[in-house]
Amino acid sequence: MSAIGELAQLRLRDGKRPRKLSRRAKSEERAGYAFMTPWILGIIVITAGPMLASLYLSFTDYSFLSSPEWVGLANYQELLVDTRFHQAIKVTFEYVVISVPLQLIIALLVAMLLDGGLRGMGLYRSAYYLPSLIGGSVAIAILWRQVFGADGLFNQFLAVFGIEGPSWIAHPDTALGTLIVLNVWTFGAPMIIFLAGLRQIPTMYYEAAAVDGAGRLRRFWNITIPMLTPIIFFNLILQLIGAFQAFTQAFIISGGSGAPSDSTLFYTLYLYLEGFGNFQMGYASAMAWVLVVIIGAFTALNFAVSKYWVFYDD
Amino acid sequence: MTDPSLTHRRRRRVQGVLKHVLLTAGAVLMLYPILWMVISSLRPDELIFSRSAFSLSELSFDNFREGWNALRHPFGHYLVNSTIITAGSIIANLIACSMTAYAFARIRFRGNRLFFAIMLITIMLPVHVLLVPQYVLFNSLGWTNTPLPFIVPKLLATDAFFIFLMVQFIRGIPRELDEAATIDGAGPFRIFTRIILPLCVPALATTAIFTFIWTWNDFLGPLIFLTDSESHTVQLALRSFVDSSSSGGGSSWGALFAMSVVSLLPVFLVFLFGQRFLIRGIATTGGK
Repeated sequence: MSAIGELAQLRLRDGKRPRKLSRRAKSEERAGYAFMTPWILGIIVITAGPMLASLYLSFTDYSFLSSPEWVGLANYQELLVDTRFHQAIKVTFEYVVISVPLQLIIALLVAMLLDGGLRGMGLYRSAYYLPSLIGGSVAIAILWRQVFGADGLFNQFLAVFGIEGPSWIAHPDTALGTLIVLNVWTFGAPMIIFLAGLRQIPTMYYEAAAVDGAGRLRRFWNITIPMLTPIIFFNLILQLIGAFQAFTQAFIISGGSGAPSDSTLFYTLYLYLEGFGNFQMGYASAMAWVLVVIIGAFTALNFAVSKYWVFYDD
Repeated sequence: MTDPSLTHRRRRRVQGVLKHVLLTAGAVLMLYPILWMVISSLRPDELIFSRSAFSLSELSFDNFREGWNALRHPFGHYLVNSTIITAGSIIANLIACSMTAYAFARIRFRGNRLFFAIMLITIMLPVHVLLVPQYVLFNSLGWTNTPLPFIVPKLLATDAFFIFLMVQFIRGIPRELDEAATIDGAGPFRIFTRIILPLCVPALATTAIFTFIWTWNDFLGPLIFLTDSESHTVQLALRSFVDSSSSGGGSSWGALFAMSVVSLLPVFLVFLFGQRFLIRGIATTGGK
């Protein structure tokens, strides 16, 4: 079961245990904590501590050089009227809402083409998977600047049809589009997960449906899709969380500013610029907490809705 | 009159060919930009935008020579920095994640399930909420511009994704093996090192490879914790390179492409040799 599946069906209580532990159980318990020591330290020092600290800082004015000064809700109130922040939210939502579904649909379609004993399948799979491993690197962002630049690869291609394209990177209406294309280009990772899922659907379901005279489309809608819903859900959550946090590509393509006219000002990019460019670390912390709430709300909503469409077979 | 089974077979063959045509066209479309970058890195600037990637005339390594020495330090310096951080991260993840996963999967202790739930939630936590306090913390410890901000958190098992991956894997190892060893008098530590770890090699390989790729490509972490160019990684070096070329600082696109290719080369190699583990790894964590 995937991490998401486990969370969806989680039981927090440990199994029945006697109140008094036997000597064996006690030594087992000690061993357990010994093995868990790094993780417990990590969760306190690296995760929970900093989370609480940033929650505190979000109520302060803090520039790193001077000590934090309590300002109450001022940072959050500022977020309500900060038009650049609103632009960042708009850009990020547009990016998430367009690129994630597109990426998943293409991943599923290609996975279905590859499934079912196709000759040369391994080769195709590698070709489609590779971009997802390097899509987050600076090198690929540099490449993208060239591909969608004024005399870049994409315009060379358009020129074949007599179309003279603009610089897609430099135009506020199209710059975000190039980043969306880049995210869709990395559909290989969810594709591999879909492929593994397709393999797990028992062939007898299809055979039985074929005997009953179900056509291809019906088998797709009534067998493949329901059986894949846990995997669709898993991919959806993972890609949503990743897309909300997209950073590197926008940073490199826009030269670290969200240009042109803030059209690629991703949420995390604005957070970085405020926190580590202007050293408004209190403000950046407030922004980080709002992001946690947004991602948390989105994920919780998805989990709640998943009860109606995700089908766990076991 | 044609035999119906024959037309059926012919139709299937046509469909098969169509599938291959479609998939090949898709693959070429996907990989062409990468190929174009590789070929462009071997070409003088004035030809980059006028030739297709398929024509292989007038290639040379001049761009590599120029790009290697275009920044304050030779590019090898940044490769070494990236290698140190990446190697440290791999070792830290292998040790800490396997220990934690073993405890989660095999040992009964109070809080096991609760901790496990917390661990799963941290997979989804955006790192940005930790950045400012971590920066303050690591800066006060004097760790900025060193590999420590990358390696120490991993030694403390904060890469929850890999813990989960290994928990999944260990759950698949028959418990009878542990029980037999217990009867022979082995404690949890011996079971871990003698039985579980050797059987976990595929999961460890997946962890090592993913840690390699993600750490090597990481940009945000180095951007925040490595401010001095002496300590810069490959990704940060490339970023300074873009800044200097787009501000007209003299370096050519060919040289920039050449160093981009150098930065991707280790990932390509790992992909080539470790693909099996990568694919199995994401298939097992994603599977239901």
